[in-house]
This record gives sequence, structure tokens and C-alpha cells, in this order.
Amino acid sequence: MSMSATVQAGAVPGPAKDHRTALRLGRRRHRVNLLVKLLCVLATVIGLLFLASILLTLIWRGIAGLSITVFTTNTLPPGSNGGLLNAIVGTLIQTALGTLIGTPIGLMVGTYLAEYGRHSPMANAVRFVSDVLLSAPSILIGLFIYQLCVEPFGGFSGIAGCLALAVIVIPIVVRTTEDMLQLIPPSLREAAVALGAPKWKMIVLICYRAAKDGIVTGVLLAVARIAGETAPLLFTSLGNLNWSLSLSQPMSSLPVTIYQYAGSAFDDWVQLAWVGALLITVGVLAVNVLARFALRGGR
Amino acid sequence: MGEQQDRQASFGGVQARATSSNMNEPRIAIRNLDFYYGDNRALKSIQLDLPDRQVTGMIGPSGCGKSTLLRVMNRMYDLYPGQRATGEVMMDGENIIDPSVDLNSLRARVGMVFQKPTPFPMTIHENITFGVRLHEKLSKAAMDERVEWSLTRGALWEEVKDRLHTSAMGLSGGQQQRLCIARTIAVRPEVILFDEPTSALDPISTLKIEELIDELKNDFTIAIVTHNMQQAARCADQVAFFYLGEMVEVAPAGQMFTAPRERRTQEYITGRFG
Repeated sequence: MSMSATVQAGAVPGPAKDHRTALRLGRRRHRVNLLVKLLCVLATVIGLLFLASILLTLIWRGIAGLSITVFTTNTLPPGSNGGLLNAIVGTLIQTALGTLIGTPIGLMVGTYLAEYGRHSPMANAVRFVSDVLLSAPSILIGLFIYQLCVEPFGGFSGIAGCLALAVIVIPIVVRTTEDMLQLIPPSLREAAVALGAPKWKMIVLICYRAAKDGIVTGVLLAVARIAGETAPLLFTSLGNLNWSLSLSQPMSSLPVTIYQYAGSAFDDWVQLAWVGALLITVGVLAVNVLARFALRGGR
Repeated sequence: MGEQQDRQASFGGVQARATSSNMNEPRIAIRNLDFYYGDNRALKSIQLDLPDRQVTGMIGPSGCGKSTLLRVMNRMYDLYPGQRATGEVMMDGENIIDPSVDLNSLRARVGMVFQKPTPFPMTIHENITFGVRLHEKLSKAAMDERVEWSLTRGALWEEVKDRLHTSAMGLSGGQQQRLCIARTIAVRPEVILFDEPTSALDPISTLKIEELIDELKNDFTIAIVTHNMQQAARCADQVAFFYLGEMVEVAPAGQMFTAPRERRTQEYITGRFG
């Protein structure tokens, strides 16, 4: 009955409308909109300008020193036409092992937070600590591992570097895993449970599968992050001028080599530092593109 | 007026006698069921029988407790802390809301189909085998046979037999819902609960699902929650009307929509509220 009242002929549609005020407000909105748009574009341009400048300089200086010897020769004393082979391999090993150690732990913690702990005091505490760890200065993590794994065993080692990187990986994977699991609609969980699936099977067979793309992206972002870390390696794997694959010996890495070479007085070392920086950037870029691709592939 | 009531009452009586004569025990018997969301009592002393191999429709305005009742019958509420039920829900001589009941085997006996289609992010074939594998060990041949059987029963086989190993996410909404039904059937439950199974579907898909439900009741006991009165009239053998956590009335579908006993039922059915 009340519905039909609104369509009755001659009914008052409500308080009278002031068209001129509406027009004035509309013009004002339009002006503010233009202003905000302008500011946004300006900010974007400034940001992109710096980024482009960094990238172009890096490519310009890096490509100049790029040659096959970079990939075939170890780091050598200045003036002896050395390369970066041991640093490249060291970075690959430490990044890979750091990811392999950190990912399962992060995955399990993230799963605990999203599926089991939720908002229990314990889960809240874990979540808080993980978030603090996420933003902790990486040099502190280096010092932490130094105290834990370098001092007691009497020397710098590749494995200590891996552990330091793993500590950086953990909170990143924890956060993305928890976020991605929470994005899964409750209806999907209920559907699995309704078929008689125990909770762990629901998580492993359904939730992980549904959240796979996001979790993989998180891991790849963690890889990108640790591939360029210098500070946590300074106190752990230290760096090594010679070829060494031993995890119990100091191990070379690209970021630490860049750190040492870039500040040196030798032109060929400085040149190699540029090449190293370019290699890391391209590598990290590749991982990021891969992460994007993985995310899109699932859609 | 008096004459009309008599006629309709006798019609309902005939139906009730007809149904009670060819069934033995109700598949599920609910007695004095109360349900609580925290301190909020959402179901009040519910008494309801689900007759064996019949469709029980549940209608009522939003928030009246009909979905809650559905979720008691497969203990879905156990997923959420703070939700609890008291009373009796008897099935095969066992009170299924007893804490000692094995939930996974209960859910194998009482399947559920949801409002929105919920295909798992895997192939069509895997969607079916997921549930079966939880409860049975089958050879590959037997499993393939089960997949074909359940998809056929789900009225989907002809449409998907050539793409069993493609992602289920590529199916249309109606196909996804029939896949969910097939997935539920594949576990071979005794009871299937439908929670507004067609409210997210177009009319043609809805029609297919309704035909399917009609076919399935030969083998399964079915409970369906719906907001669509015509759907309840088309699908259900008996209809229960819920209002504010109470079960106001249960009657054979024909009687419920022609001569409801309660004024509240009549007002809801005729669209006075809800």
C-alpha cells in the first residue's frame, strides 16, 4: 500500500530543489577534481622520474662493463681482469637456501594464524611479533644470526648467511599466507567440510590450492627482497674472494661484493660493482615479472 | 467459507495419510531442538520429521532460522565457536548433535549444497573424486565409473564428459551448481540438504535443478531451504514454515499453500510480510 503512494499522480515528491545551488556545487566539485587529478599526475611523474633515472644510470654504467668474463671468472685482485662468478653463485645459493628454509616455516605460521589461532591471544602475539620482524632493520637480523651461529662456531659461514636471509623471508611469507588464506570465501571451506573432509585436508587440498597464486607471489617477493640484501650478510657469510661452495666457509655474494667494490679506489672494481648492481636489478625484476605472471595465470 | 475449509482439510488429510502409509520411520526426527548463537536463541523447541525419500521444503522470512536448522543436520555449526545446539536430532537411532558423533562420517551421510556454487579450484573429475577419496578406496576404473555415475545423476554428464580434466571454474553458474550436487551425490549420502540452491541462478538453470531434485528424491531424503514460494510448491512434498526461530507449521505442500492453519503462515505466503 505504501509502495503505490509514490506513483500516485500529483503527489508531492519532497522538499523543493534549488537548481542554482546544485549547479554551483557541481562546478566546485569539477574544479577540485581537476586540482586533485593534477597533483596526482605530478606526484606520479616525479616518482617515475627518479626511478627512470636510477634504472637508466644503472643500465648505462652496467652494460659498459658487461662481458663474458664477468660470468666465467671469480673476483680477482684489481687490475687482473676479474669477474663475479663466485659472487653470482654465492647469491644464488644463499637466496635459494634462505627461501627453502624460510618458506615452510612462514607457510606453517601463516596457516596457524589464519586457520587455527585466528584471534586467540597466542595468535595475536605471533602476528604482532611477525609484523615487527617484517619491518625490523635487516642489519639487526644479521647481528642476531652473528650471535647465534657465527660466534659460537668460531667463524663466518655460508649457512649463517642463509639463516639470516631465512629470517627475513619468514615474516613476508607469514603475512602473505595469512592474507591469502583469509581471502578464501568461507563457503569454499564449508563445501569441503560438508563432504566430510577433516580440517587438515580442507586446508592442504582446498585452501592451499585456492590460495596458491597469492602464496607463490609472496614467496617470489621474498626472494626478490633477500636477493639484494647486504646488511644481514656482512655479519654472517661475510664474503669470499675465492671460489667456494662450502656452507661452512665464508661465502661470496653480489650485494656484499658491490658494497666492497663500489667504495674501492680501483676503476675496474667500481665497474664490476655497476655490473653486479645491474645483474641484481635484472634478476629481481625478472622475479617480480614472474610473480605477476603467476598471479595472472591463476585468473 | 466453512465448506471450503472442510474440503481443503480433507485434501490435506488424504495426503498426510498417503505419505505416512508408505513410509516407515522418518529419516531424521528433530525433537525439542534449541540453537544458540552465543546467547541469542535462534531456534526454539523445533519439532520436525524429515520423511524418508521425500522433499521437505523450509520457508520463512530471512533470519527466521531455516538455514540454521539445515546447518544443524550436518553439524556445520561446529566450525564456529560460540554456536551450539541442544535437544535431539535422531538419525538411524543416534542423536547426531551429541558431541561424541564422528563429524566426518556424519557429513558423508548428510550432504549439503550451498546457495552459491562452490566448485573447488581443480578439474571437474577431481571435484568429484575429492569427496569420494575421503571415505572410500577405489580402483581407478571404479573411480571413473563413480564419476560418470554421479555426474549422470547430477544431470551434467552429457555436458562435461569431453572435458572432465579441465578446470571446474570454467563451467557456467548452473553447471557449477549441478557439479556441486553431483559431488555431493558421489559420496552417496542418505540425506541431502539444499540451502537456497537456485537463488544465484537464472530461471533455466533453476528449472534444471528443480527437475533434478525431483529425480533425486527417489533415492535421497531431501531438505531444501528456499525463499521462492513457487519453488517450495513445485519441489516439496511437505513444507515447514519458520518465523522468528519457531517452526510455526508443517504440512503437505498442497495444504500449506491452499489452506494453512496459522494466520502467520497465511500472511507470509500471501506476501503480507517477509
